[in-house]
Amino acid sequence: MPRTLVVSTPLPGVRLITLQRPEALNALNTELLGELAAELEIAEQDVETRAVVLTGSRKAFAAGADIREMAERDLVGILNDPRVAHWQRIAVFSKPLIAAVNGFALGGGCELAMHADILIAGEDARFGQPEINLGIMPGAGGTQRLLRAVGKSLAMQMVLTGEAIDARHAQRAGLVSEVTQPELTVERALQIARSIAQKAPLAVRLAKEALLKALDTDLASGLRFERHAFTLLAGTADREEGIRAFQEKRRAEFHGC
Amino acid sequence: MNFEHILFSIEDGVALLSLNRPEQLNSFNTQMHGEVREALKQVRQNPDVRVLLLTGEGRGFCAGQDLSDRNVAPGAAMPDLGESIEKFYNPLIRTLRDLPLPVICAVNGVAAGAGANIPLACDLVLAARSASFIQAFCKIGLIPDSGGTWTLPRLVGMARAKALMLLGDRLSAEQAEQWGLIYRVVDDAALRDEALKLARHLATQPTYGLALIKRSLNASLGNSFDEQLEVERDLQRLAGRSEDYREGVGAFMEKRTPAFKGR
Repeated sequence: MPRTLVVSTPLPGVRLITLQRPEALNALNTELLGELAAELEIAEQDVETRAVVLTGSRKAFAAGADIREMAERDLVGILNDPRVAHWQRIAVFSKPLIAAVNGFALGGGCELAMHADILIAGEDARFGQPEINLGIMPGAGGTQRLLRAVGKSLAMQMVLTGEAIDARHAQRAGLVSEVTQPELTVERALQIARSIAQKAPLAVRLAKEALLKALDTDLASGLRFERHAFTLLAGTADREEGIRAFQEKRRAEFHGC
Repeated sequence: MNFEHILFSIEDGVALLSLNRPEQLNSFNTQMHGEVREALKQVRQNPDVRVLLLTGEGRGFCAGQDLSDRNVAPGAAMPDLGESIEKFYNPLIRTLRDLPLPVICAVNGVAAGAGANIPLACDLVLAARSASFIQAFCKIGLIPDSGGTWTLPRLVGMARAKALMLLGDRLSAEQAEQWGLIYRVVDDAALRDEALKLARHLATQPTYGLALIKRSLNASLGNSFDEQLEVERDLQRLAGRSEDYREGVGAFMEKRTPAFKGR
């Protein structure tokens, strides 16, 4: 049983993972990160799970790493940090991951949110990378994913000053796709997850992979990958079903094959 | 915490916060800012509070910043007034605007400088007949703060807002009512009672819903029509899940008086 997360299945095909370390504003200690990586492993294997929503509390999605834990590690300790493997596990999750962010998403919390494929933020959410204030820097993608999401100038400003931005700013910059009333953030993320869960799982998986390719390859290679993925889907029963249902003006029934 | 520069009490769901430096026309100094902030924190954290009433003691409501705190000596370093705005006035204005309950302001006398703009951040403003509003900033080379340059043109139109702020003339309470700057003028002797009556009435109403109305109207000022339709959809979704809505509909169907709890 995980101790720092609550996992539920509020809608068919949709798994909801709620970070729950209220005493530390969901600071990402190694235990929490490990449990999250393990839960995503379970969600990865579970054929019933078509999309995952990740959220925190009203006050904080996750307010950073666990500073006390980090202070205890020296250079060798950081080289051998088990957290790196947990982050990698989260990064390679192949199903759609949607972050519903209320309150603080700072440091490791912001980096975790950026691991999600889609970010929905409550109006009072705040995103930031304050590591620089501690004489350190982001170490889980903060300098890479942030720049790709918001561009160089804003990413530099956030990482070098440590100052956070609010939800509307994050939306204008392209870090989040929608801003909602804070009470409805999770609900909206679940709706989106539900919508995705009703699509053909293989198409969703390859589309996600193709989109992520765009972030780390040149256009020609990306287009080549897209074409291969597109071709692969031609061999699936779901493609046949999807096209036939469209022609027959009925709802498609996908089976993931 | 004992307050020196404000009076603060909570009774029957109404929090009463009265600025209390009457000799200085209730102008703000650092200590008063701290006390107001602490009182508003209590308002926010106490679920029994369903309405806030803000007023002042003595003949004035609030004369804004206490300028004796701000004397600029010849040859002294350039002051950074932005810092005081960032630290004191902007958080105060944001708090009043964002409090999830109706905020009534009873302007009992002269309201000048920041004191003229603080009421504009409240939801329902009553003023004593002898009260007045003075955008005094222009007389000492400053610009109106505390949200005034944003709220005033939205309340009275750009032409009147510019005249008030460029000339710094005294605006009587009656004129302020006619121009739509405030909700209502009340005879001086009746102001406190009228404001309390209004506060006590609202404290028996579905205050969660009232807070959502306030939130939607505040949001409308920065939204496009389509964005605002979405805000209405979302806030109605929340309102529809409240106990008070269920109670309101139930009482209507059963032809009885509803007993609202503010949640």
